[in-house]
Amino acid sequence: MSVAHRIAEQFETREQQREADSLGTWVFLATELMFFGPLFLAYFYGRTHYGEGFAVASGRTHVWLGTANTALLLTSSLTMALAVRASWIGRRGVTLLLALTAALGVAFLAVKGIEYRKEWDEALVPPFRFVFAGEHARAVEVFYWLYFLITGLHALHLTIGIGLVLWLALRARRGDFGPHYHAPVEMTGLYWHFVDVLWIFLYPLIYLLERWR
Amino acid sequence: MSYLEEGYTLRSWLTTHDHKRIAILYAIAITAFFFVGGAAATMIRLELATPQADLVQADTYNKLFTIHGVIMVWFFLIPSIPATLGNFLMPLMIGARDLAFPRLNLASWYIYVLGGLFTVATLIAGGVDTGWTFYTPYSTMFSNTNVILAAAGVFITGFSSILTGLNFIVTVHKMRAPGMTWFRLPLFVWAHYATSVILVLATPVLAMTLVLIAAERLLHVGVFDPALGGDPLLFQHLFWFYSHPAVYIMVLPAMGVASEIITCFARKRVFGYRFMAYAILGIATIGFLVWGHHMFVSGQSMYAGMVFSVLSFMVAVPSAIKVFNWTATLYKGSITFSAPMLYALGFVGLFMIGGMTGLILATLALDVHLTDTYFVVAHFHYIMVGGSVMAYLGGIHYWWPKATGRMYPEMWGRVAAIVIFVGFNLTFFPQYLLGYYGMPRRYHVYPPEFTVLNVLSSAGASILAIGYLLPIGYLAWSLFRGKKAGANPWDARGLEWTTPSPPPKDNFAVAPTVTEEPYAYSPERDAEMAGGRIAQP
Repeated sequence: MSVAHRIAEQFETREQQREADSLGTWVFLATELMFFGPLFLAYFYGRTHYGEGFAVASGRTHVWLGTANTALLLTSSLTMALAVRASWIGRRGVTLLLALTAALGVAFLAVKGIEYRKEWDEALVPPFRFVFAGEHARAVEVFYWLYFLITGLHALHLTIGIGLVLWLALRARRGDFGPHYHAPVEMTGLYWHFVDVLWIFLYPLIYLLERWR
Repeated sequence: MSYLEEGYTLRSWLTTHDHKRIAILYAIAITAFFFVGGAAATMIRLELATPQADLVQADTYNKLFTIHGVIMVWFFLIPSIPATLGNFLMPLMIGARDLAFPRLNLASWYIYVLGGLFTVATLIAGGVDTGWTFYTPYSTMFSNTNVILAAAGVFITGFSSILTGLNFIVTVHKMRAPGMTWFRLPLFVWAHYATSVILVLATPVLAMTLVLIAAERLLHVGVFDPALGGDPLLFQHLFWFYSHPAVYIMVLPAMGVASEIITCFARKRVFGYRFMAYAILGIATIGFLVWGHHMFVSGQSMYAGMVFSVLSFMVAVPSAIKVFNWTATLYKGSITFSAPMLYALGFVGLFMIGGMTGLILATLALDVHLTDTYFVVAHFHYIMVGGSVMAYLGGIHYWWPKATGRMYPEMWGRVAAIVIFVGFNLTFFPQYLLGYYGMPRRYHVYPPEFTVLNVLSSAGASILAIGYLLPIGYLAWSLFRGKKAGANPWDARGLEWTTPSPPPKDNFAVAPTVTEEPYAYSPERDAEMAGGRIAQP
């Protein structure tokens, strides 16, 4: 029995430990959600104050890259969910599914990098390189500032997620997980889905504003 | 072997996972910060002893009240009861060996210390002058002091709060002993549960707001400064969304402490236990929806102001339920005026005055006159100092024998409680009058007609300072010379009193099974027990 299979000394049973870990993860995600809260509120402030300006700014985003990324991330959530289920019922393929999840996450980051690069070339990166003439200049600046802040934080969370998933993949290959012990996979899965769901909300707010009008 | 004897090296303390030891670590750290914040308060009251500027100039004065506020709010009051008494007692009270995540618990202390170092660095670098509220655009555009350093300290410390809250929530849900149903939980545990929910949901909002402030100051782009296309009201909404519930983070645990002490020293079960528990949840819930009452004159919508005013009145209902129930608990009780009881009764009275004046401030028209005056300063000090600090000290005395195995000297305990009560009222009651007569807060000079009341307040502060220094002396003395306490010196109910004092590392030799309500105090049972182990002070 490896260390991971033991029950921590403060718990009576393995079930109690599993439930505590799971609840702890949910509470942590509630904190995470509130952490992003002010950025969403700032976004709604901007959108109500500069309706027109935010639409103009949204029109400058690279909607196809954003859409591709949405597809990538949704697919990664599928592979993650399959990995959780596979570890749950003790099927093989956990390692492969986790590696696939991490790869999709990396692909997302690569696309995001391309997008950032384009925005840098278009001088839409406040405050470092920002040029925008016309009456909506201020609104566009606020929009892109929030855009970089939110997507940057999202990318940071995703990077942490990729690290966790890769670590799980290594452990899965060692045969750590099975029907009796799979809490880390489950908890990382919850986190991964949270990062995914966050993006589901960001996608329309950032990319579809103008198209929707 | 008690938890104190599990190792004597510094290393054994700094790497401990034991919730009791971590509570002691927290107690030492917050006590240090309490006296730093207190030193700033002393300078403030010294300066205000005369109408003109003689001790410090305006700039220094601004830094003094800022550092006083930052340290007292985030480095003393927020962690005070939860991280010390809460940490120590929660597992004991629910019959668990430890919190659900002991390593996270230790991590939270280190994060707190790291945040504290940033705050000390702020002091050394020359301080910060924005007020503890960091209002924009002053904090982002105009202040020439160490705003980012101070904000970083508060930001970091926030995560220690979040980890403590998370740990408590999971512990209460998953670690209760067999038979410890939700409605057998001591009110202390209920209060900490509600507090934890606030910690977990409100603190991250402050954290992100501070990030936005730092970025706006550093990069000159943002959402708070009108010159950059932002709105200062957005900042105020975000700040008070955390900072109003933060008041409940400070006072809910204090209510929990008061409930435990009053029921024990009245020898009666808490009146209306279920309503007390529901009132705690009610305060925590409604407390999330009243932040706009800090912004009545800020230019927010008049209708928003009306809604926030009504909601602020509503939060007084569960608060009043608690005060009535404490009083009803005392009714026909067999009351002992021990030191913890004096603190607890002081808490109830001062909390009531602070709460009633809060209603005056929640009234839109009155607030226009009183906003940003000393009336506000007096009001929140009645809640935070008269309420929370009194209860904290009451709790320290009540559970001192449990934590240390020694009794504190009872006479000195009572003297200190009375000195603090007198000093506190003399310090802060004149400030209600000053505010009512129109003296604004945050000025180092004032018109001569306010002199008498200010001198009274400063005189009270010196008495209060003596009151706070006294326990340091006699509690330290009792560690070595105090009478041995025994497991249950107060003949109190509750699982924590079934363990030896001080408790062993794993708390309970056998996991306890709970078969009765938390406050099974009764005269009959006392009569049965009489004849030995009751040490009536």
